[in-house]
Amino acid sequence: MSSLILRTAARYLMPLLLLFSIFTLLRGHNLPGGGFTGGLLAATAFALYIFAWDAAAAKKAVRIDPHFLIGTGLLIALGSGFVGMFSGGAFLTGVWGSIGSSEEKTAIGTPLFFDIGVYLVVIGASLMILLSLTEQEEKE
Amino acid sequence: MSKWLLPLIPFALFLAFLAAVPGASEPRVIELPLGTSEELGTRLSFRLDGLSILFALLITGIGTLIYAYGTRYLAGRTDLPRFWSYFTLFMISMLGLTLAENLITLFIFWELTSLSSYLLIGIDHERPEARDAALKALLVTGGGGMALLAGFVLIGSAVGSFELTSILAQGDLIRAHPHYIPILILVLLGAFTKSAQVPFHFWLPAAMEAPTPVSAYLHSATMVKAGVYLLARLLPALGGSEEWIAALAVAGALTMVSGAVMAVLATDLKQILAYSTMSALGSMVMLLGIGTPAAVQAAIVFLFAHALYKAALFLVAGIVDHETGTRDVRSLGGLRRLMPLTATAAILGAVSLASFGPVLSFAAKEMMVMAIAAAGEWRRPLEIAIYTSAVLLAAAAALVAIKPFFGVIPSGPRNPGGRGHDPSAAMWLPPLLLATAGVVLALIPGPITAALLAPASAAVHQTQERLYVSLWHGINAPLLLAAAATAAGFIVYRTRERWIAIAEPLGRIGALGPTAWYGLFLRGMNATARAQTRVLQSGYLRVYLMIILVTLIALVLMANAAGGGIRLAWRLGQVALYEAVVAALIIAGAITASLASSRLGAIAALGVVGYSVAINYVIFSAPDLAMTQFVIETLTVILFVLVIYRLPRFSVLTPPPQRVRDAVLATLFGAVITLLVLAAQLEPVRADLAAYYGANAYVKGHGRNLVNVILVDFRALDTLGEITVIGIAAIGVYALLRMRPEVRP
Repeated sequence: MSSLILRTAARYLMPLLLLFSIFTLLRGHNLPGGGFTGGLLAATAFALYIFAWDAAAAKKAVRIDPHFLIGTGLLIALGSGFVGMFSGGAFLTGVWGSIGSSEEKTAIGTPLFFDIGVYLVVIGASLMILLSLTEQEEKE
Repeated sequence: MSKWLLPLIPFALFLAFLAAVPGASEPRVIELPLGTSEELGTRLSFRLDGLSILFALLITGIGTLIYAYGTRYLAGRTDLPRFWSYFTLFMISMLGLTLAENLITLFIFWELTSLSSYLLIGIDHERPEARDAALKALLVTGGGGMALLAGFVLIGSAVGSFELTSILAQGDLIRAHPHYIPILILVLLGAFTKSAQVPFHFWLPAAMEAPTPVSAYLHSATMVKAGVYLLARLLPALGGSEEWIAALAVAGALTMVSGAVMAVLATDLKQILAYSTMSALGSMVMLLGIGTPAAVQAAIVFLFAHALYKAALFLVAGIVDHETGTRDVRSLGGLRRLMPLTATAAILGAVSLASFGPVLSFAAKEMMVMAIAAAGEWRRPLEIAIYTSAVLLAAAAALVAIKPFFGVIPSGPRNPGGRGHDPSAAMWLPPLLLATAGVVLALIPGPITAALLAPASAAVHQTQERLYVSLWHGINAPLLLAAAATAAGFIVYRTRERWIAIAEPLGRIGALGPTAWYGLFLRGMNATARAQTRVLQSGYLRVYLMIILVTLIALVLMANAAGGGIRLAWRLGQVALYEAVVAALIIAGAITASLASSRLGAIAALGVVGYSVAINYVIFSAPDLAMTQFVIETLTVILFVLVIYRLPRFSVLTPPPQRVRDAVLATLFGAVITLLVLAAQLEPVRADLAAYYGANAYVKGHGRNLVNVILVDFRALDTLGEITVIGIAAIGVYALLRMRPEVRP
């Protein structure tokens, strides 16, 4: 599929979609969203890119190997669990702190990092399936 | 460098356990804060008393010598890190087994010793004989382990605890319990398989495929004694009954005699030693069966003496093999001049094996005879058994020590015997030390008896009976009988060829023995596995799917029939128009998808179903679900489109009857799921759950989105499991697509 319109649109849409996926990930704790949905959104962004260009180009755009994304995501999620364990609670107990001034405090805790881990695993897994399907097809 | 450090591991442990010897008479229980489960009654607790310290010292002490020996013996192997890891794993497991206070902890270490023994026997995994021997050992001891676990669970439910302290204190309760006989059978199955009692003995000679340090350590000095240890340990709880005495005395005596017979008939040095080990284990089991304080004392002293001399003899066999390249006694001779130090160790070890002379095993044999003399109705048969095996073991000892070292050097081009020399000190010193210890400790038995052997036997018989070890009791009947037996043994050795000729036809009976049964069992198991795999693993996705669906339908219907039928909630009161439209869309999409004549059409129709379901979520205010469903649907369609390219042209290949069958199955499955959903409506919703999450999501989870807080905080462990599955699934897809065989034209 080599449509000039799609290719141009994909170029501008992909960053927007990725931004939106991060937005979805971060708002998840209070409003609909979260790591799972966010990760899937990011995967569709790359899927769009694959359709407009090809697997090789998409791979270049991702920059990071999906294997690595899956592993890193799992490690981050696992690591966030150990924080709770080392601060006296059970494995995966949430530990919270806050950043920002006293007027505008934002709570930040290990569940956020856990969610980031989920986000990365979902992106990595979807990309791995998408890329291996399309790469195979291009070879034939 | 590491060569010298390796023996320090067991040596450090040896010193540590040596430090515990002064308190050996008082049992101490040490509990580690890990691995405790109150619901299951399992604890990582350990017990230090006379018996466990004796075993720990044997394991680490002999271990030190064998580690030192092994670094030399195995030099040149390329898999040494693997070998020593397994070896050390074994040592730790064996220590855990003998030190465990909790029965479940004991069982876990028990299985670990079976496992590490399997790995060590099969270390030369390129050789089929080594693999078969390893599997044999694993299946026999592992099968016994299963029985043992069941026995332990029954003991635990009878006593209400898995801790040895309370089990040993409640022997009367266990012996009077209705489950006593099953407990006894199961525990004995475990102990007999591990300690190579007839008819489970056949794995032990096969295990001689392992490198000699392994045979010396696992299959003579330590692991095979685990069964004896368990019987000794549980004697206060299970022993003393008629059934106990009968089972142990018969099995032990049979093993003692048959082991001695097979030892004389064997020609491989290690096989001779393996069968004599079997015989020794049999006599220990027999003594524990008698169970009187005197018998227990004899068993403990003999166990100690046997560990020393048998390890020494195995190490000698290893040296002979290492230096001459053969272990066949028929082609060995005259090694005395070539390796005088090894010969000394061999002679001392053989005197111990024959149990006649100034050696600890002689004192043990005397105690054994006296214990049997007090065994009441069992006295006669057991005396016959012990003297028969004494004659045969003396012959075996002559075979091990006289033939290779003093025998005539066989001539002929094929005979490797008659060459070689004493190896380096790391190899000849351990057997010499062990064999000498048997003599020295017999001449000065006082200190070791008081410090080690007396507390060990007291931990088993639990009385104040004094332990008195002595070589010289004056000229009495047992001494004369022992002398006669040894002399008879020497005659058997000289006339061995004739006995072998007599035994030849008897060997044919062996074809009906346990080894044949094992082969039959193994073949049967493989055949069953192949047959059921052929039925269940057809390789067709549609068959797998069908099996899963039919099973599910059957199970759900059965469960409902058993539960008195299904009740349904029909609450179709107010249906808004838009709800009806969405429902109609889903139904229309599903019907279109199943009737579509092109793949793209079917996928588009499925997309309609998916999006309509998502709209459903929106209507019933589940925005998180709806969002995820939308994105998933989109991705699914994309993936389908990518896959479609690769499929051949769509065509109907299934004949009509098959299509009808599939339609019926699909409808049935849909109906069952619908019924389940409707039935679930009747179940009351747990109001407290929703209230809990509602109240705590923000306070404890710092989030207003309940769904997300549950996902990443309250039930984060589930999510962690799910993302792991996602990752593994992705790797699976990747592997399937990448490692596909070349597409057939």
